[in-house]
Amino acid sequence: MLAYYFQLGLRSLRRNPALTALMVMAIGFGVAASMITYSVFRAVSGNPIPGKSAQLFTPQIDSWGPQQNLKGEPAEALGYIDAMALMRAHEAKRQTLLYPVQLSVMPGGNRDLPLNANGYAVTADFFTMFEVPFRYGSGWGAQDDDTRASDVVISSELNQKLFAGANSVGRALNLGGHDYRVVGVASHWNPRPRFYDLFTTSGFADEPDIYMVFNRALDLQMRTGGRNSCRGSLAYTTWQGYLQSNCVWITPWVELDSPAEVASYRSFLTHYAADQRLAGRFDWAANVRLRDVMQWLDYEHVVPPESRISLAVALGFFLICLVNTIGLLLAKFMRRAGEIGVRRALGATRGEIYTQYLVEAATVGLAGGVLGLLLTATGVSGVGILFQPEIAKLAQLDFSLVGLTFVVAIVATVLAAFYPAWRAAHVQPAWQLKSS
Amino acid sequence: MTLHPILAALRKHKAGVVLISLQIALTLAIVCNAVFIIGQRVERVNRPTGLDENDLFLVSQQWVGAPGGDDPAGVEKLDVMQREDLTALRNLPDVASVAPSNSIPLLNSSWTGALSLKSDQKFEKGITRTAYYFTDEHALATLGLRLVAGRAFTAADVQHQGARDQRNRPIVIVTQALADKLFPQGGAVGKVVYTDGSSAPSTVIGVVARLQTPASGSFGNDFAWNSTLVPTRLDANFARYVVRAKPGRRDAAMHAVPATLYAVNPMRVLDDDSVKSFADIRASAYRADVGMAILMGVVCLILLCVTAAGIVGLTSFWVGQRHRQIGVRRALGARKVDILHYFQIENLLIAGAGVLVGVLLAIGLNMWLMSHYEMARIPLLYVLTGVLVMLAIGQAAVFVPARRASNVPPVVATRAA
Repeated sequence: MLAYYFQLGLRSLRRNPALTALMVMAIGFGVAASMITYSVFRAVSGNPIPGKSAQLFTPQIDSWGPQQNLKGEPAEALGYIDAMALMRAHEAKRQTLLYPVQLSVMPGGNRDLPLNANGYAVTADFFTMFEVPFRYGSGWGAQDDDTRASDVVISSELNQKLFAGANSVGRALNLGGHDYRVVGVASHWNPRPRFYDLFTTSGFADEPDIYMVFNRALDLQMRTGGRNSCRGSLAYTTWQGYLQSNCVWITPWVELDSPAEVASYRSFLTHYAADQRLAGRFDWAANVRLRDVMQWLDYEHVVPPESRISLAVALGFFLICLVNTIGLLLAKFMRRAGEIGVRRALGATRGEIYTQYLVEAATVGLAGGVLGLLLTATGVSGVGILFQPEIAKLAQLDFSLVGLTFVVAIVATVLAAFYPAWRAAHVQPAWQLKSS
Repeated sequence: MTLHPILAALRKHKAGVVLISLQIALTLAIVCNAVFIIGQRVERVNRPTGLDENDLFLVSQQWVGAPGGDDPAGVEKLDVMQREDLTALRNLPDVASVAPSNSIPLLNSSWTGALSLKSDQKFEKGITRTAYYFTDEHALATLGLRLVAGRAFTAADVQHQGARDQRNRPIVIVTQALADKLFPQGGAVGKVVYTDGSSAPSTVIGVVARLQTPASGSFGNDFAWNSTLVPTRLDANFARYVVRAKPGRRDAAMHAVPATLYAVNPMRVLDDDSVKSFADIRASAYRADVGMAILMGVVCLILLCVTAAGIVGLTSFWVGQRHRQIGVRRALGARKVDILHYFQIENLLIAGAGVLVGVLLAIGLNMWLMSHYEMARIPLLYVLTGVLVMLAIGQAAVFVPARRASNVPPVVATRAA
């Protein structure tokens, strides 16, 4: 019976081409606008590390005080003194410090010009905490942090450029005039948003080329290649002076497995800040934060406002298209009141009429879905006009988006058809038969 | 014609009337706000930076294996390297003028600080936020800035320092906006300010008409015109050069830059983005704004079409339904124009109800956007224009079906239904 209703639906679509085209286009445009903006929103608001986002925390300590902090919130990164204190205390199972570095690979082999290699100075736990996948080798160990080893982990892309993709573990590399040894080659790894460095990036940068030992970078007096934020009048002139200043530039991360560990780490942070007050370094009450990955993404406003506004506008647009569809379906169904009257008089129940018109609406929805899918495919390739290239390329037409487009188109149209179909089912057969 | 028969007829079609009104209301709400957003974005994108933007481009480059710039010897070495680059670029045939600078408007890489009239002032009251441009005596000519008071930098004014060195800044040039803020009584030239709470005074030697800060995002909105020029070359393992090409020779000059710099010193990194025209910098800074305006524009256009089409569709249906009644009215003496007016007034009533609700929705949506995003209050003019446009679209959409109705011949009344 449903198949028959479906055929009737198709026939009815052909009977009123203008009205049908209008409905199909309204649904198609509405669905496409919603899906295009949703694909971007989905990409930027996703969880970059689903398995562990609730176990990874970034500690913040207010080292600027109430006059200079961010409206009561501590700075979004740590200075050298606090970062090293957290590292030495070792209160978490795993912990890492990181800051961006900009390096250059010296010419050699068949390259006669230097090559940029941007990445991060990190500590050993970085690779295990963030589950970095390796193609060759692995990260370095905690003892290499202590011996301030010249070890580096490089990306597959850099490995391809420098070593033609071969297993380069153990090979030497000259970066900015200093020799390093490759200990690992990471497989493609670029979580988006880049939760671990929102202090410098907006969350959607290209994959880093290189990871080096944090302590080694400090030894080489390597300044941060990213953001550096200071307060007040700055008096330092040397590297040591810089390290002791109130400038913040290091992002810390800790891994805490249970609520008890989180509570205990939080109280450790509070005690640390209180101790600094006792020691005379701070003259304000302890002001610390411990946010997990999702809280951190939220606090840092990773989702660009364009994404939310355009999604809201697109949904509003879809809503209007649906209201439009309700009106047009009503007109379309009621025009066939006579036909309904005959069917009812011949014994069709209200339920059957109801089913028939809902199926007909679903047919419209299906056609709208097909149009919507075409428009979405075109639109997804054109989101570059609205978003930065690095965000635009996140919007992809994958299987789930295709499915969602159809489901949304059909479900929305069927919902819109409830009222018109109800009106159709309540047509009085006697009245219709009498007047004609 | 009295309204009574129209209202009575509308009561028979509650669902259709409610749907069209609702659609007009929602359309008005969204279109008003979307057009307002477009207007704001366009206004933002069209603000002049204060630069003469034609023929201007920026070179960003990084040396490899260069000194760190934290010790005096390293700073001197870096400064020599930078001056070699500047000389080589200035000697290019298509180049008019070159100045080193840590940034340029709309680049979104800024060194910000604060100016105050008293020394040792903390980041509290009485300070004015600013963005610094560290540059040299060629700055004004290269950037194309207009000096409105005082004098420009001379070669003798120019110092150099490590990029992280916190050195005194004996003289500065500020923008008119900054001067007005610091010295509301005027006469900024010759006055003393203190930078970043420093205890060493800086004398204002000149005022330029306008110069935007590098921040194009919301972060810089509060002090978008508060720029300070400092006659200092910053020495680090990277450097930026602002280049003004001779008129119409920008592309040729840009093309010549990489080879020239590599010839001076091959140990450096220049990638695809290293030589960038100011037009490209502007386009990438405002990409989201332009994109937003286009998106909103397209949505508005489709929305208005959908709404108009909806009105046409539903009115056509009503005309079909009342075919016979129209015939009866015509037979009883109504003129064609009476029938036309009937449908036009009916639409005006429905659209009128719709825009009344729509105005409330538009203001509500605007308030929601204001509370969640940085959005200004929508001027009443936008809403009123929106109301008129919606009513006009309603009239335009109803015209074709209404004329078809007016063409129903009176003889229809005599035929059996």
